[in-house]
Amino acid sequence: MIVQALAFYLFAAVTVASAVMVITAKNPVHSVLFLVLAFFNTAGLFVLMGAEFLAMLLVVVYCGAVTVLFLFVVMMLDINFVELRQGFLQYLPLGATIGIILLAELAVVMGGWHFAPEAAKAGAAPIPAIETMTNTHALGAVLYTDYIYLFQAAGLVLLVGMIGAIVLTHRKRTGVRRQVIADQVNIDVKDVAEFKKVESGKGV
Amino acid sequence: MFEIGLSHYLSVAAILFTLGILGIFLNKKNVIVILMSVELILLAVNINLVTFSTHLGDLVGQIFSIFVLTVAAAEAAIGLAILVIFFRNRGSIAVEDINAMKG
Repeated sequence: MIVQALAFYLFAAVTVASAVMVITAKNPVHSVLFLVLAFFNTAGLFVLMGAEFLAMLLVVVYCGAVTVLFLFVVMMLDINFVELRQGFLQYLPLGATIGIILLAELAVVMGGWHFAPEAAKAGAAPIPAIETMTNTHALGAVLYTDYIYLFQAAGLVLLVGMIGAIVLTHRKRTGVRRQVIADQVNIDVKDVAEFKKVESGKGV
Repeated sequence: MFEIGLSHYLSVAAILFTLGILGIFLNKKNVIVILMSVELILLAVNINLVTFSTHLGDLVGQIFSIFVLTVAAAEAAIGLAILVIFFRNRGSIAVEDINAMKG
């Protein structure tokens, strides 16, 4: 029990600290790297809760894909980040006020929290005991049966996202010689080659 | 103190959510950091969903968390694509320059 508690406090502290660094770091590259650290430690929290499939999904999708995307964009664009940081302290009082109000409201909501006794039985898909089925197996058994249409719709969202990103960033550049296969196939041999009748013993 | 329950995880999620909101206010000019703050907010939402799912013994919360993850990934891709074309047109990513559609 005490090991679990210590692990929780370690993961939670590192997550919150790296989240603070994400929003305050001077260099956006450091922000992205701290974002990776926050995601990793959140994955640790998920493992502690017994949601190991989501923990691995978080590592693969967020640390592996989303943050790499951020890193690419931050490093690819030639941006003057010092200029963008101006006004950082100017908005601090307003942001801190709103943050504290929000946190206080969330604390009020959580302070008076308790489950109704029948809430645990009202679940649509109860988690099976870990001895009978792993978390991944149980998730798959629900996701591919009851939620198959939503699962397909999520795939469609990703497809639209991919096509959208390509369409948005694709551009036709002038002065670049590209391969046009239709032109290559339709070419007439008389335009590109000269045929000569060569008599024997005379040369061209 | 050493009995980790629902409220501990919810506190972490609440702090992360607040930090995300604060990040949007602090980095008002830098779109990239604003997008990262949005990711933090979505992460807090995911923690909430998974916490309630595991503590109430209902798998649907984790299913929903997968969908949130999907939408967050698509949103990051589209947002960064828009950022790239905006930078190509304007040569800057400052938020106050994004006023071409003001009319």
